[in-house]
Amino acid sequence: MKIALSSKGNDLDNNMDLRFGRAEYFIIYNIENDEFQAIENKGHTASGGAGIASAQQLIEKSIDVVISGNFGPNAYDLLKDSEIKMYKGEDIPIKELIQNYKLGKLEEIKSAGPSHKGGH
Amino acid sequence: MNIVVLSGKGGTGKTTISTNLALLLKANYIDCDVEEPNGFIFLQPENLHTKAVEVEIPKINQDKCNLCGKCAEACQFNALAKGKGKIILFEKLCHSCGTCGLVCPKEAIDFVKRPIGVIEEGNKNEILLKRGILNIGEPMAVPVLKQLLGDLPKEEINLLDSPPGTSCNVVNVLHHGDYAILVTEPTAFGLHDLKMAVELVNNLNIPHGLIINKLDEGNNYLDEYIKSEKINLLGTIPYSREIAEHYSRGETLLEIEEVKEAFSHIIQNIEEVLL
Repeated sequence: MKIALSSKGNDLDNNMDLRFGRAEYFIIYNIENDEFQAIENKGHTASGGAGIASAQQLIEKSIDVVISGNFGPNAYDLLKDSEIKMYKGEDIPIKELIQNYKLGKLEEIKSAGPSHKGGH
Repeated sequence: MNIVVLSGKGGTGKTTISTNLALLLKANYIDCDVEEPNGFIFLQPENLHTKAVEVEIPKINQDKCNLCGKCAEACQFNALAKGKGKIILFEKLCHSCGTCGLVCPKEAIDFVKRPIGVIEEGNKNEILLKRGILNIGEPMAVPVLKQLLGDLPKEEINLLDSPPGTSCNVVNVLHHGDYAILVTEPTAFGLHDLKMAVELVNNLNIPHGLIINKLDEGNNYLDEYIKSEKINLLGTIPYSREIAEHYSRGETLLEIEEVKEAFSHIIQNIEEVLL
């Protein structure tokens, strides 16, 4: 099973980036073999629809679970529709969040947070 | 001839200036502040009729779609995404470019219309009054502006009451402008945003002049900037309780003698530039 975490950096010692669509990286962590990879978030540089771009990228990576601070309405709908579960993280190192997830300590997110529509 | 009234900062008096100028010049008044148009409060149009503003969005025919994802990949606005079992459209992000339909190998995409706002048109005596209204929650005002400004009378003077700021919406209004009237107030914020507005009209090469509204004697926030940039000062409107009271009752200001004089002076200066 693969989980994705929005991250400020590309390894497990970095803290979570609480923004889902605008985080620089996703850490993709495989629970079965404890291996991970870091990918650059396409949403980070998107001019609009960042959360959608990020969610799309994770769907393509066949992720089962995403942990982040907050999911906007578009990202939430897309992830939910693709049966990806969302959990609430906090601004602490990624490895601690993975530990907390394994221990069942994270809260599942069941509604979208506020949107961050950019003005033009 | 289209004259755009813009300000940079909100609340400096774009609508006050443009509604009163429209009455004095017998010019058409076009409220382009489609997110919160308020000019009609003062001008009270008659014979109002309404036309919908619609944009085209894709509609995926799920029977023909083979979930190849090419449409989502091609969309530059992330308005389409490939979910687990179907293509999902985020309609508010769609810019109606039609690319998804071009790249779909299965011809599974049709286009349907989606309303995002309305154009209202009426008149007051002989002058035309028009405004665009963007539906609440809609992020994109430009399609409403394009329809609003697409068919203005060419032989008459149209006063275009711009939205505040220097955003895409303001730029779109300015593209229709032959002349721009900048409105500011003598405050630090007024000056800050005036500088952005001046930069914008200079970039777009639109001849312009300035009106200082709410002028409070003894306050010289703007003097140095106006001098150094050689901005044509068309006139000033005084800071007064009487004006504020009229405004708060939704009235125009031409029955106040000193305001009418100020506007007449402004019109003389505009005519000097334009004729």
